[in-house]
Amino acid sequence: MEGIQNMSRRNFVKVFGLASGGLIIGCQFTSENEIVRIDDGTTFAPNLFVQLKKDGKLILICSRSEMGQGIRTSLGSAIADEMDADWKYVEIQQATGDKKFGNQNTDGSRSVRTILAPMRKMGAIAKAMLVSAAAKKWEVSEADCTTKMHYVINKNNNKKLFFGDLVEDAMKIEVPKNVTLKNKKDFNYIGKKLKSIDINDFTHGSATFGIDARLPNMKFATIARCPSAFGSVKSVDKTKAMAIAGVEDVFEVERVKRPFGMLGGVAVIANNTWSAIQGRNNLEITWDKGSNAKYDSKKYTQRLTNRVHTRAKVVPPTKGSVNKAFANASQIVEATYQLPHLVHAPMEVPNALVWVHDGKCEVWAPVQSPQSARAEAAAYLGIDEEHVTINVTFLGGGFGRKSKPDFVVEAVALSKKMNAPVQIVWTREDDIQHSYYHTTNAQYLKASLDKNGTVTGWLHRTAFPTINSTFMPGANYAAGWEIGQGMNNNPFEIENVRYENAKAEPHVRIGWLRSVCAIFHSFGINSFIDELAAKAEKDPLQFKLDLIGKDRIREEKSPHPLNTKRLKNVMNIAAKKANWGRKLPEGHALGIAFYYSFYSYVATVVEVSVINNKVKLHNVWTALDCGMYLNKDNVINQMEGSAVFGMSIALHGKITAKDGAIEQSNFHDYILTRMHEVPPIDITIVDNDEAPTGVGEPGVPPVAPAIVNAIYNATGKRYRTLPLSEHGIV
Amino acid sequence: MKTLTINGKNHNIEAHDDMPLLWAIRDIVGLTGTKYGCGVSQCGACSILIDGELARSCSLPLSYGIGKNITTIEGKTDNLEILRKAWSEINVPQCGYCQSGQLIAASALLDNNPNPTDEDIDAAMSGNICRCGTYPRIRKAIHTAVKLKNK
Repeated sequence: MEGIQNMSRRNFVKVFGLASGGLIIGCQFTSENEIVRIDDGTTFAPNLFVQLKKDGKLILICSRSEMGQGIRTSLGSAIADEMDADWKYVEIQQATGDKKFGNQNTDGSRSVRTILAPMRKMGAIAKAMLVSAAAKKWEVSEADCTTKMHYVINKNNNKKLFFGDLVEDAMKIEVPKNVTLKNKKDFNYIGKKLKSIDINDFTHGSATFGIDARLPNMKFATIARCPSAFGSVKSVDKTKAMAIAGVEDVFEVERVKRPFGMLGGVAVIANNTWSAIQGRNNLEITWDKGSNAKYDSKKYTQRLTNRVHTRAKVVPPTKGSVNKAFANASQIVEATYQLPHLVHAPMEVPNALVWVHDGKCEVWAPVQSPQSARAEAAAYLGIDEEHVTINVTFLGGGFGRKSKPDFVVEAVALSKKMNAPVQIVWTREDDIQHSYYHTTNAQYLKASLDKNGTVTGWLHRTAFPTINSTFMPGANYAAGWEIGQGMNNNPFEIENVRYENAKAEPHVRIGWLRSVCAIFHSFGINSFIDELAAKAEKDPLQFKLDLIGKDRIREEKSPHPLNTKRLKNVMNIAAKKANWGRKLPEGHALGIAFYYSFYSYVATVVEVSVINNKVKLHNVWTALDCGMYLNKDNVINQMEGSAVFGMSIALHGKITAKDGAIEQSNFHDYILTRMHEVPPIDITIVDNDEAPTGVGEPGVPPVAPAIVNAIYNATGKRYRTLPLSEHGIV
Repeated sequence: MKTLTINGKNHNIEAHDDMPLLWAIRDIVGLTGTKYGCGVSQCGACSILIDGELARSCSLPLSYGIGKNITTIEGKTDNLEILRKAWSEINVPQCGYCQSGQLIAASALLDNNPNPTDEDIDAAMSGNICRCGTYPRIRKAIHTAVKLKNK
């Protein structure tokens, strides 16, 4: 065990921790009046996010978790840009989970949207103070000074002062009440291509993910969990498990009945991961499978389908009368769509290293929501949150799974019991079989067309177990925000509309997965309007543009109300890039889909061929309007990744349950898109001065329906259920 | 006591012969760049080179690695170094977790085929899953590495 023992705890502090020594005290960064300076004798630290050292080193704090979206580079670059700092001096430190950093929840594609402005301000404050310090030194006014690449420059004589040399003087300057942010034309980093600040760690295997966290004398653990959700242990024979070399202990752990509480089961503690896995494989457990023991997801989805075929709970807003529209229709179109459960399957499985000792709890874990992890750990131990430290490691993917810190609670419980540092590791089988699942869904859409092929009535019914059920047991209807992910707020101008939601009881833990309800509502809507276009004998692109109608900004309670002009713009861009309407080789066709989600506008065109009843993707063109963006290359990378994520959903993605247990177990049966399936992906990012909106999620929803629409255009065959592998064409 | 030779360095360790190399390397030797992804040779996150050949460390026992030269992502080969430069130039990674395995697999590809086509790359790299979807960049970076090498 030399490697483990030789690694001191300081390594973690260096990589992820904040500088210690009472340097930093709390402030609400969103409120100007409450910004608290925290510099000491050697560091100029005008707020929680900026620490400038005398050698020029600039430590910037990232308050959001890094899971591949490049947030450490992006947010850091925003601060550095406003400071006129030289990027080569920048080091990013990950914030621990603490409310003093504001909301740290890294999901909902909200980081840049919500904290770009305050982060820029943190940099602007630092710069203004460095300028004041220099001006004082030179006995000139601040207006006589400018800044460039880590220097303050005296405009009168071109004399320069290095930022690092201003640390002591800047500490004596008062925090300004108001600061001016840069104009777009003056940006050095914002909106440019900046490579990941962590690139070298990623290419040398030196980035510390949660699963790589090490402490001296730590234990490694696995837990056997009941195959059906919320079942429990009836009896366990641990004899064989205890006989495995390296296994130190086996014991039962109780379920914690909180939304992010652990499922419970039988824990195996060992001195290495392999022994913990082997020990678990040798447990003989009889389960009380509980109330979900009979869950059969295929039958269940069929039941949801039956429910959307009859009238359900009406969801506002209703407009006109769909019944009248249907009665007067020239043509009626109706269709039913069904989608299965999905699971996130981040490449790094859930895991956490926890050390409960001396009334404290230290956590090293890949968590999207460090404050939730802190709250859960404190609640489990019955201690104040201030005694819990959440060190946020790199996340090997998140996609929503790592927002739910049940795995942290597990490690807390095991460390407490063992009185030692314990790392819980989920195997891939655990990850696939005991997750918070993307919900299964059924939708029924019915529309009327008049003799001109115009849509006059629109009825949309949806049914799916709600994420609310995880938080409020007994919740059987969709939450408003779930329906609001594009279902009852589609961008169309239709005179008569009605939305309905049918009941759906959960039988597994339901949770959010990248793009959430936009995945299935986009699939239903984008497929259905393609069907309408076909019925109306119109070009799908033009039909969809017409359905969106005139340029308008929708009246709605939203920080970024829908602007139909921007939506049509991305459709036109993607179509133009794809050369929509061109003649294609035999068996090839284009398909288009679009979606407005997470306040961003995305359209995707896909070229497929279907030859010998096998589908192949040839090209993907995506156009995104996310307003102002921070790091262009990052945004492009996210959109490329979204296309691949969407391909997995379309081609392969399915989680099914039988007798309460998830039928898939690893990557051989929960299949993800691999390189040979991925065609060239062309991304266009719209340049404008609109407020920044989401990037991580909005690229996913149009992909699957674009593929299905393209297949229809190639073959005349309409697939209304996913994945396509179920239809024998993959 | 057994000796594993990793990146040119000998490590004396105590572990069961059946322990997969992955866990011996990660938990016993303490080199954590090699990743666990599936444990069943499906995803390639645990890729290493054994005597220069691409191998899945999750599915090979420790005993198999004794007396052989193991290269992990912490190590160096000519092609690995060039691929690192290319990965940086193309800004390949998102979360970065699978990239250890991607780089090792790509280095094995270039060791055997100094100028691969897209089809060669797809064939060689399809054993490595990237959930973030950086495949187009991996493909591009491998071509970039070839260009850098030929410069």
